[in-house]
Amino acid sequence: MDALEIINFYLVPGIVIGSIYALGAVGITLVFAILRYAHLAHGDLATLGAFLALGAVTLGGVSPYVALPVAMVLTAAAAVMIDKAFYAYLRERPKIVTVMASLGVALMVRAVVQVVWGVDSETYTRGIVRPDVWFGIRIRDRELITILAMIGLVLALHVFLQQSKWGKAMRAMSDNPDLALLSGVDNKKVVMLTWIIVGGLCAAAGVFLGLNYELKAMMGWTMLLPMFAAAILGGVGRVEGAVLGGLIVGIAEEMSTLFLPTEYKAATAFAILLLMLLVRPTGLLKGKVL
Amino acid sequence: MEWIGLANYAVFMAIFICIYALLSLGLNIQWGFTGLFNAGIAGFFAVGAYTSAILTSPAVEGRLGGFDLPVPVGWIGAMLAAALIAWPIGKICLRFRSDYLAIATIGVAEIIRLVIKSEDWLTNSARGITDIPRPFGDLPYVYSQLAYLAIVAGVLLVAYLMVERQIAAPWGRMMRAIRDNEDAARAMGKDVPFRRLEAFIFGSALMGLGGALFAHFNRTITPEAIDPMIATFLVWIMLILGGSGNNRGAILGVAVVWIIWSMSEIVTDQLPHEYAVKAKYMRVFLIGLMLQLVLRFRPEGLLPEPQGTREEVSEKSK
Repeated sequence: MDALEIINFYLVPGIVIGSIYALGAVGITLVFAILRYAHLAHGDLATLGAFLALGAVTLGGVSPYVALPVAMVLTAAAAVMIDKAFYAYLRERPKIVTVMASLGVALMVRAVVQVVWGVDSETYTRGIVRPDVWFGIRIRDRELITILAMIGLVLALHVFLQQSKWGKAMRAMSDNPDLALLSGVDNKKVVMLTWIIVGGLCAAAGVFLGLNYELKAMMGWTMLLPMFAAAILGGVGRVEGAVLGGLIVGIAEEMSTLFLPTEYKAATAFAILLLMLLVRPTGLLKGKVL
Repeated sequence: MEWIGLANYAVFMAIFICIYALLSLGLNIQWGFTGLFNAGIAGFFAVGAYTSAILTSPAVEGRLGGFDLPVPVGWIGAMLAAALIAWPIGKICLRFRSDYLAIATIGVAEIIRLVIKSEDWLTNSARGITDIPRPFGDLPYVYSQLAYLAIVAGVLLVAYLMVERQIAAPWGRMMRAIRDNEDAARAMGKDVPFRRLEAFIFGSALMGLGGALFAHFNRTITPEAIDPMIATFLVWIMLILGGSGNNRGAILGVAVVWIIWSMSEIVTDQLPHEYAVKAKYMRVFLIGLMLQLVLRFRPEGLLPEPQGTREEVSEKSK
């Protein structure tokens, strides 16, 4: 097998799925760092985003790329409402109680998707898309757009966190919540802003997953483990770490099919997760350990 | 004939309640007394079910076993296998906050599901394992059901008494100290990660035993026998509703939630087909909502954990 084949059949799909994981992992890392719990409903929120985009595509007759911002706004609103309804009042209790609540929310969100859209697999567009060939590397438009959109969204988030007043407030909450509160950072607004960003990123991850593969009610839940592995691999609280982690997990999953039966693709993420917790729980880019 | 049908159904429900009660007791050791978040209950359950099935079923071509061993050997094997899976996971994850254990146990359950679905030589993949012996399975249906109920109830009683004894002992007090104030317990010289590991392994072994009892009751076990998410979540809501940290609460929660769950299934099955499928997911939604409501309005559950020392508690109840 020559290098080009490895690139075409393993590396490119790995980078595409890795970009999708990266979008999800950035959200997980933000919740972990600012709100300080593992958000188990993250995958199912991505499912909701993907199906909301499907709703826009079927009702409005628009292309999935136009539906993406719509889905991001709607999912962000859903995330804020879920926080207000189910997580806000648990803030004073031990954080692990919120983790449990999020497991319940995961089940509820998925049930809503199953009731509204049914349980069959769906796609945004019909027909087979042939890949374009660039210097021997075969890549489809949608794969290129997935990668570019991930880079664009993460860069925008990075600028926001580094430059804007609210971005700085979010980082302050992540670094030292007591000090941030004493300095007059409005906790409620930071939490709401976090959920808006996280909801939007979730929807993006879901839509791109649906675009490159297919839409299923379980699509988000199966993505949960790779997303967490990516966030921990990169270092909790590090946005650039989550991107790096996402890409590594995605590529490792695709490459693993060279040695392992394809059924065990999902085991790769789990192995990475356990290995990181064993040898370097702070992650590659020295993040937090809760 | 109506009442015989009802009585049969009640026995059937009671057997399931006993099996779920074992899972709930196992989770109570992990969550109620130690504060460990196990989101992979279905995984340990499945390991127990398959281990016991392989050990006790008659020999078959094309897969491991069956070894045709006596049923109690299968049950002990189920507990050992579940404990063996729990050990490395706990070893790696229990040094950190419980969030990491939650993620890792979701992963374990997923891997176990994959192995069960794809390894022909071990679990006969989708066709599952059949011909699992059931104690007193040769008796007529009603007597056989009653005999099995007596067995699971007996196992549950033994498990309950042992857990109660262990929790009242100094070990139980130490575990609650670790749960409520880890730093203080550490300052008293307790080996926190090791003690948590003990609780995680004991709880997982009980879940494995629950799986074994389920496999012998059904006489077959297939990958589709239980929905991993629903089963795990049902046990959680049972424990939280019943009262985590209280073994009687754990068992009461099982009875309440299982009866609601089964009754609602009877209701939704009466609906026309197109609504029946949707109603199935509505039930899942409602059980998720139920957890949120319990967490909000009655976090201590129906039977709260007794506070204070044992003497104080018994005086209060006088």
